[in-house]
Amino acid sequence: MSQVIDRRVNGKNKSAVNRQKFIRRYKKHLKDAVEEAVSKRSITDMEHGEKINIPAKDISEPTFGTGRGGRQEQVYPGNEEFITGDQIPRPQGGSGGGKKASDSGEGEDDFSFSLSRDEFMDLFFEDLELPRMIKTQLTREVQFKKIRAGYTVHGNPSNISVIRSMKGALARRIALTASPSRRLHEAEEELALLLEKALDDDPLVIALRDEIKELKRRIRKVPFIDTFDLRYNNRIDEPVPTSQAVMFCLMDVSGSMGKFEKEIAKRFFTLLYLFLTRSYERIEVVFIRHHTIAKEVDEEEFFYSRETGGTVVSSAIKMMRDIIHERYPSSDWNIYAAQASDGDNWADDSHVCRDMLLESIMPYLQYYAYVEVTEDDSTGDLWDEYQTVSDVYNNFATQTISDNADIYPVFRKLFEKQWS
Amino acid sequence: MSSYISEGSEWNFELLDRYDCEISRIAANFGLDTYPNQIEVITAEQMMDAYSTVGMPVGYHHWSFGKQFLGVEQRYRRGRMGLAYEIVINSNPCIAYLMEENTMTMQALVIAHASYGHNSFFKNNYLFQTWTNADSIVDYLLFARNYIQKCEQRYGEEEVEMLLDSCHALMNYGVDRYKRPQRLTLVDEERRQAEREAYMQSQINDLWRTLPTNPDKDQAQSEAPLWPTEPQENILYFIEKNAPLLEKWQREIIRIVRKIAQYFYPQRQTQVMNEGWATFWHYTILNQLYDEKLVTDGFMIEFLQAHTNVVYQPPFDSPYFSGINPYTLGFNMMQDIRRICEFPTDEDREWFPEIAGSDWKKTLDFAMRNFKDESFILQYLSPRLIRELKLFSILDDDKENMLNVSAIHDEAGYRYIRTALAEQYNLGSREPNLQVHKVDVRGDRSLTLRYTPHNRRPLNDETDEVIKHLSRLWGFTVRIEAPDEEGAVQQTHECVVGT
Repeated sequence: MSQVIDRRVNGKNKSAVNRQKFIRRYKKHLKDAVEEAVSKRSITDMEHGEKINIPAKDISEPTFGTGRGGRQEQVYPGNEEFITGDQIPRPQGGSGGGKKASDSGEGEDDFSFSLSRDEFMDLFFEDLELPRMIKTQLTREVQFKKIRAGYTVHGNPSNISVIRSMKGALARRIALTASPSRRLHEAEEELALLLEKALDDDPLVIALRDEIKELKRRIRKVPFIDTFDLRYNNRIDEPVPTSQAVMFCLMDVSGSMGKFEKEIAKRFFTLLYLFLTRSYERIEVVFIRHHTIAKEVDEEEFFYSRETGGTVVSSAIKMMRDIIHERYPSSDWNIYAAQASDGDNWADDSHVCRDMLLESIMPYLQYYAYVEVTEDDSTGDLWDEYQTVSDVYNNFATQTISDNADIYPVFRKLFEKQWS
Repeated sequence: MSSYISEGSEWNFELLDRYDCEISRIAANFGLDTYPNQIEVITAEQMMDAYSTVGMPVGYHHWSFGKQFLGVEQRYRRGRMGLAYEIVINSNPCIAYLMEENTMTMQALVIAHASYGHNSFFKNNYLFQTWTNADSIVDYLLFARNYIQKCEQRYGEEEVEMLLDSCHALMNYGVDRYKRPQRLTLVDEERRQAEREAYMQSQINDLWRTLPTNPDKDQAQSEAPLWPTEPQENILYFIEKNAPLLEKWQREIIRIVRKIAQYFYPQRQTQVMNEGWATFWHYTILNQLYDEKLVTDGFMIEFLQAHTNVVYQPPFDSPYFSGINPYTLGFNMMQDIRRICEFPTDEDREWFPEIAGSDWKKTLDFAMRNFKDESFILQYLSPRLIRELKLFSILDDDKENMLNVSAIHDEAGYRYIRTALAEQYNLGSREPNLQVHKVDVRGDRSLTLRYTPHNRRPLNDETDEVIKHLSRLWGFTVRIEAPDEEGAVQQTHECVVGT
């Protein structure tokens, strides 16, 4: 008789270890492929996994075998037209003289497979770290976890701890009946002794009998279980620390920022966002765009609506400062900021920005990244002023980007592990 | 009141039991002798897992299995490949996997195919009886996995991986073709492994011992004696026992790979027969179910469609052609033997006088027990089947400019085709004949393999890579030599290990 077993409940992913081994072995190939994929891919689906190709010859498992050449005979099915002795010209790319044919004959396909999202991101952000991120704080809406905390005398019937309650009841019964039972035993022994020499109607006997009756009644009256025996499992809320971060995206939307520059800025912001999601359980994003005046907007508007006008960077920085003060006290939040701009600014404004950053922004921030999107490598006066900020704060970083292909390298440069 | 076991396509455990019961009864009536069955229901994902470890229920960990898994997964996800309906393991009890996605019909087909067809083949074919030990294989695989895991912890994953890479490259040369393996249980295996560790190293070094020798004698022996005295075909075994620099655990891992190669060796030699046998029996058993009115017409139609797909043989010029389908060939040969027994023609009487008109069950049983692919085809491929499959053979000789049709399905060609096809399934001629020829015991300790070409076929391009693996195991230079056109032996490949 056969035995049928349902194995579906058993763990799947028996091959997970083998898969990991494979990925580790070909990490270099995979990293190249990931970087290539990133440069091609639109940022919105950055979060998905990726199909990866590895040249088949790099992962081949060689075995002994025979090559082409020599005398080979092969039987085929489905003959329609041949008769014995027919001569057929050699097919192209088929067999032939030794090595020459095997060069052309063996078309090797790439080995391709999909990386999961996590594997992809791991490779993507490998060797990067968030500078100064160790500030784990409670969220504003504190999250709680129920934990056991002993027993209580009040509670919900479903939480009754039967063992505890019964233990209490037993102890209580023993305590309350201890002295009457002791007396009861004595009385019974006395009665037994007395009955050996006295008669049933002896007044002493009667008195003892009454006493025994009374003692038994007292013992019986002690209840088996009483409401105050009841104990309930106690569970209390314990606040669970969750790390949280807020990310400010600042972008210049003045007339000088074209679609191209915005696209680059967007990619950079998205990278930063993805990177932060790996380190924090909760992330809020604040979008501030500015021309001469700053405005807090939603994501859609941030990237896609067009404005014109001049540029006053300090308006955005001022707004960020106010928002930090109002909503994101730095005692509770890890604060990151990324600013993208083409470097143009109102002539007198740049040093205002610098001062504001130095005095009222940087002390609260984990990290501030400024990228300047320029098609040539020239930098404006905002750049120069920012250099002085980065001299003071080493968590203030500036980079220029002139091309889509630069984004990832620049990003890597900003967040490279600091081996100090 | 209908007599059908089930009418819908949904399956459940109760139905599985009932089908299994009926199939088991019919199989027993036909005289199939099987191990007890263990039928396991798994998900598609688990099936892919099972796939990637080549059906080993407990596999050790290695990246190549991961690669296999990724490949399978990718193709499956893209819909390029359906998963096989079944995987069956040659063990006692015989483990067969059913996929939960399959319909009731498919489950019944798989039960008949795997749990009774393959199962009886595993139990009774002489190769499996000789080379594999169904009782202890699961235990042995468990031992292997634990041992390799322990080695990874102790000696580092990278070391172990490199060693396994090298062993895998030589896996096909880790097989004893003549010597019979011993039967061991897990406990014995572990005990013996400990004993081996204790003794082996000293045995090895014996080979390199420099004995004080008589100078006169030494003079006489300046021609170093050839060692090993006889060529060794089991290269991995030779290395396990004789490689001078390996550690004990490395030898043990080589042994594990060798054992597993040995376990799969019969399956590689009986593909056509094994699949043919199982396909023949699922076909026969399910038809019997239908004759007994236990299954519906719908069941039969679904079954026949699946069955037809399995035994479809695309012609050689079809874009789907990828060699001869072992299911087609095997199934048709089994059917053909039954036909020859039951309804022999004059041609059959002439070609197969000893089986024409005999009891088909006995004849098939005998064929299943005593042959492997090569001899089975040589013995039983009938002219009629050659005609039906329209077989023809092509001779490709690199000394000729044209390919030559050497035989077709006609009176003059039957025997020729039969021999040529059998030769195609001869593992001995499919794999290059490489043997350990000599070791330079007194000199640089280099190992020389002798390649004996079959039909002048050269070794392939991967050879250089493989001998790198070989020299990693051996620890010293490895060479391959082969006779050239005139028969003079020349060195063809070399992997020098510098000192």
